[in-house]
Amino acid sequence: MSLLEVRNLRVFYPVRSGVFGRITGCTKAVDDISFTLEPGQSVGLVGESGSGKSTTGRAILGLTHISGGQILFEGEDITRLAGRSRSAYRRGVQMIFQDTYSSLNPRKRVLDIIAEPLRNFERGTPAEERRRVHELLDTVGLDSSCACKYPREFSGGQRQRIGIARAIALRPKLIVADEPVSALDLSVQAQVLNYMQDIRRELGLAYLFISHDLNVVTHMCENIMVMHRARIVEAGSRHDIRHNPGHAYTRELIASIPGINVTGGAICAKHSCTAH
Amino acid sequence: MEIRGLSVSFRIGGQYFAAVDDLDLDIPEGETLAVMGESGCGKSSLAHSIIGLHDPSRTRVEGYIGYRGQNLLTLCEAELNKIRGGHIGMVFQDPASALNPLMRIGEQIAEPLMYHTSLTKTEREGRAAQLLRDVDMPRPEQTYWQYPHELSGGMCQRAVIASALVCRPALLIADEPTTALDVTVQARILELLRDIDASILLITHDPGVVAETADRVAVMYAGQIVETAPCAEIFANPLHPYTRSLLSAMPRGQDRLYVIPGAVPSLENMPRTGCRFGRRIARMPEDCHDDAPALREVSPGHYVRCSCHAVFELCHC
Repeated sequence: MSLLEVRNLRVFYPVRSGVFGRITGCTKAVDDISFTLEPGQSVGLVGESGSGKSTTGRAILGLTHISGGQILFEGEDITRLAGRSRSAYRRGVQMIFQDTYSSLNPRKRVLDIIAEPLRNFERGTPAEERRRVHELLDTVGLDSSCACKYPREFSGGQRQRIGIARAIALRPKLIVADEPVSALDLSVQAQVLNYMQDIRRELGLAYLFISHDLNVVTHMCENIMVMHRARIVEAGSRHDIRHNPGHAYTRELIASIPGINVTGGAICAKHSCTAH
Repeated sequence: MEIRGLSVSFRIGGQYFAAVDDLDLDIPEGETLAVMGESGCGKSSLAHSIIGLHDPSRTRVEGYIGYRGQNLLTLCEAELNKIRGGHIGMVFQDPASALNPLMRIGEQIAEPLMYHTSLTKTEREGRAAQLLRDVDMPRPEQTYWQYPHELSGGMCQRAVIASALVCRPALLIADEPTTALDVTVQARILELLRDIDASILLITHDPGVVAETADRVAVMYAGQIVETAPCAEIFANPLHPYTRSLLSAMPRGQDRLYVIPGAVPSLENMPRTGCRFGRRIARMPEDCHDDAPALREVSPGHYVRCSCHAVFELCHC
């Protein structure tokens, strides 16, 4: 059984117009996409802004209303879940957000931020909770003294690692990472990506890694899906996508990556232009 | 453009701290010079000080910025206004906020001509329309009469570039011109920048963008230039530990990315003595980096500010 199976997912947003705000049409954010994710697998979702990749991620987490299709998590349709089984699903899926400034509550200490999911699902004593938070901080390479500080006292990379610690607090099976490194500098990005890979290996996580950066996705995921205008236009292994792209849009995307190509051991500058 | 001994300091709590420290830089006619580095290294402070965009009450700028023999730092506001917009154009990171939302695209592009030339209204409009075609704007005639909110991010950035180029500047300063754009749009904007005749000072954090557009590269770290070389040379033979660390932190098919220990020091905590990058090198030989290293020429056109690049090894720990 797959960990996650998405069948014919559709997310449409209504377009309202006129004096009475009647629904006159709809914007198709995600239009009939299907894919599966096995336990421990990491899949990348790339595409340009507005292609529906974030909406897909949000739909899987139940953060947005879906217009049609099914999302099966361990064989159960999450759109129909209620009560206890829904809370079990919420434990199993967590998210890492792009913007570390708006995704961490500025009025809470790091301890409370990371302990919040634990408080929701596991009733532990304060001492247990503190021990668990220190363990989690250690996993993402932060000092345990950070627990009493506020998010504003940290740099972008450290804040993203706090977000990761919160996401892995409940030992989820799937993490949806929506552009986790696009707001970070190159050296900080490297650090966060390395931690994400280590944690995946340690905890056997599956990632749905959403990004516009094909280089980052190729680095992180064995399988890649390319989204364009609300549809998945191509899916395959990272090697196939990079070296043998089938769809015209994928080819354009690869040609657009500004880059330094490594050829024959030496690094040379590549002057590429878009495929017209 | 010739920059000598430029220092830009910001006032923090009554004291001035240098974001750009004693910097020398030449931008030859017709060349594209890329300044590369992470955030907090002083790249944008450098760009803003050239065209006098800093806040004079909180910023102190010292040194010499020579544009065709004139020191821009000693000019008064009115004299500076003749040069910026006319001789020096600027392209900002966020195209949507760089454009006036209440003015039609064509009028915005023609506006600098009103201040810098004595062309008539029809001539100005003609020039603006021509530029829209030059920057490959889709449907240029229609776009001329549209407002910024009607255009996509890539089209807005084309409009900003067009208005920066309308007075045929000798130098174009582009501060992260493609950071807010999608990769496919970025590729077209970079192509456009490559075709421009003017000298370009390109500020970016993305080594990929540098490799695509630049003739020469200056790598900045903590307010100083740590390495400068022709573009192909810097990627084929990077010497400074910071340049090498940065390039190995890029995902390019390696199993594990290199992580630079520590972080870029904040202005207040900037080490003022010794090598500024030295403390972020893992496994450093003890005797290196006692003195502040000077920028030295190692091969023709390739300068490095480092005393240990010969023994430096990246270690993956």
